[in-house]
Amino acid sequence: MELLAYAAFFLTIALTYAIMCLGLNVQWGQTGLFNVGVAGFVGLGAYVSAALTTPDAAERIGGFGLPIAVGWIAAMAAGGVLALAVGLLTLRMRSDYLAITTFGIAVALQLVFQNAEVLTGGAFGMAFIPRPFAGLQGQSFAFNMVNLALTAAVVAGVYLLLEHLLRSPWGRALRAVREDEIAAQALGKNPVLLRIQAFALGGAIMALAGAVQAHFIGFIAPGNYLPMMTFQVWAMLIVGGSGNNRGAVLGAVLVWAIWALSGAAISEIFPAAQQARAASLQIVIIGVMLCIILLWRPQGILPEVRSVSRHLGIRNKDS
Amino acid sequence: MNPQALIDGLVAGSTIGLGAIGLTLTYSILRFANFTHGDFLAWGAYLTLTVAGVLGGLAAGLGAPVYPFSFGWGLPLAMLGGVCLTIVLALGLDRVLFGRLRARGADTIIIVMASFGASMALRSLLEFIFTAKPVYFTKALQIANPLGFGMRATPDQLLVIGLTLLLVVALHLIVTFSATGRAMRAVAENPSLAGVYGIDVARVVRVTWIIGAGMACIAGVMAGLLVQIRPYMGFDLLLPLFAAAILGGIGSIPGAMIGGLVIGLAEAFAVQIVGAEWRAAVAFVILVLVLMLRPQGIFGRKGA
Repeated sequence: MELLAYAAFFLTIALTYAIMCLGLNVQWGQTGLFNVGVAGFVGLGAYVSAALTTPDAAERIGGFGLPIAVGWIAAMAAGGVLALAVGLLTLRMRSDYLAITTFGIAVALQLVFQNAEVLTGGAFGMAFIPRPFAGLQGQSFAFNMVNLALTAAVVAGVYLLLEHLLRSPWGRALRAVREDEIAAQALGKNPVLLRIQAFALGGAIMALAGAVQAHFIGFIAPGNYLPMMTFQVWAMLIVGGSGNNRGAVLGAVLVWAIWALSGAAISEIFPAAQQARAASLQIVIIGVMLCIILLWRPQGILPEVRSVSRHLGIRNKDS
Repeated sequence: MNPQALIDGLVAGSTIGLGAIGLTLTYSILRFANFTHGDFLAWGAYLTLTVAGVLGGLAAGLGAPVYPFSFGWGLPLAMLGGVCLTIVLALGLDRVLFGRLRARGADTIIIVMASFGASMALRSLLEFIFTAKPVYFTKALQIANPLGFGMRATPDQLLVIGLTLLLVVALHLIVTFSATGRAMRAVAENPSLAGVYGIDVARVVRVTWIIGAGMACIAGVMAGLLVQIRPYMGFDLLLPLFAAAILGGIGSIPGAMIGGLVIGLAEAFAVQIVGAEWRAAVAFVILVLVLMLRPQGIFGRKGA
């Protein structure tokens, strides 16, 4: 029972990463946009939702005690608007300007989380974020199970939405822009507009992931949203297979499992004094793994499925 | 406002500018935003520290401070070793990672991503080897001498500004007038055409890494000498480096230097006006302003 409850907890966290991966997949996998500020978008969603849903607190603004669903929707809106602004600013220019700007966004948001104490609680973060099904908190097994079900439902919802969009004319236009911008332009598609839309959608999904994760854990602090997180999400998507939504989910669970297991192994093997040091080895391993996959199997475990249109007879076959 | 911000800004800006030179060169010649560049600074500082330790073991007299500076002859000697080792690191990384991706004709953005992964791995490796605890080149304390107008600077700080100026002028002259410099500009313009014209593109790539990594190491040593050496020192400088390179105009060495000085000064004044905790946001604000108002940078050409 104990073990099952832990497994459910582990899987729930992994699935929140899966939502981030799905968001990144819209930006990178479908559109080829390199976002180095994933942690910033995730953190923004978490903080926006937390500010709206926590009970009133004396030391900071916010704490409206609104329902969790309102927090989630507001988080998505905030993430979408931020991504829209970044997209408008950079998507007309060279592709790596976006990378640099999103990197800057994450750094700047991290500073806001740290320093804007009246809004974010500063370095101590925010506690008492309402957890879904809080009434069950006494029974850890039931509580973890319903939360797992809820998170899985969110993943499934995002997945189905994205799969639907992927096969829609919009999704095809998106991939056309990624593959051959000039040809797509010649067919009357507006590449900049399509990219901005995809970037905003991805940003909204990442912010949703942040909100879901924050409500499940019940506590957030600036330290949760370091560049490390961006890096993990990237590793998940690349390992799983960019362009493939199922790959994104698989990669999230797989890399999170590697991460959690190697973390557990380190705390077993190394003495307490050396653990912080050994933990940096985990990052080295994931970084090297990312580079190796980029070199040897850039398509990841589940490669992108070539889908043209359901109106052409060859749906879902490798062409 | 305290005029001391002017000196602080010039000193910090020297480090940023020197670091941004390598970034702007790899950006224009190899055509990708190299996220590992910040870690070259940190590795340069740690490698120099290691060499200094070895030298100090061989000849103890090298560590004795040379008046008026806080360090002995060991440090410049060690820096030469550190520069060589950082160059080896950059060339090695190009051999195993970036060069292979280039040879395969990978998209720019894949190379950027690989550099992002490599940067995480390099930084964490530093943390593993040397731990996160800050270290110092020297424990000697220095008195800041008055310069007039209420400004003060230590001899080390003045040396850093002077050395940076010297290096930038020398580099600029080399790149402008030497055959290698012309080849570099040709490759930046159009690599395949330059190759057809008989320019050894592989050699230009090597020279680019050598200059970039060398400057990064020197910048890292300067930052380490004036502040402290930490595994994250390069990563924390990465955004200012990018902002400086883009502000100056991609590919321009004087541009990178001026961009670095502007960012250093803006940071120093921002610390006085809004407080030190927002220092890291300054580079971001400048970056956004440049992208909005003049995306090609000060010395860049339109359409780049």
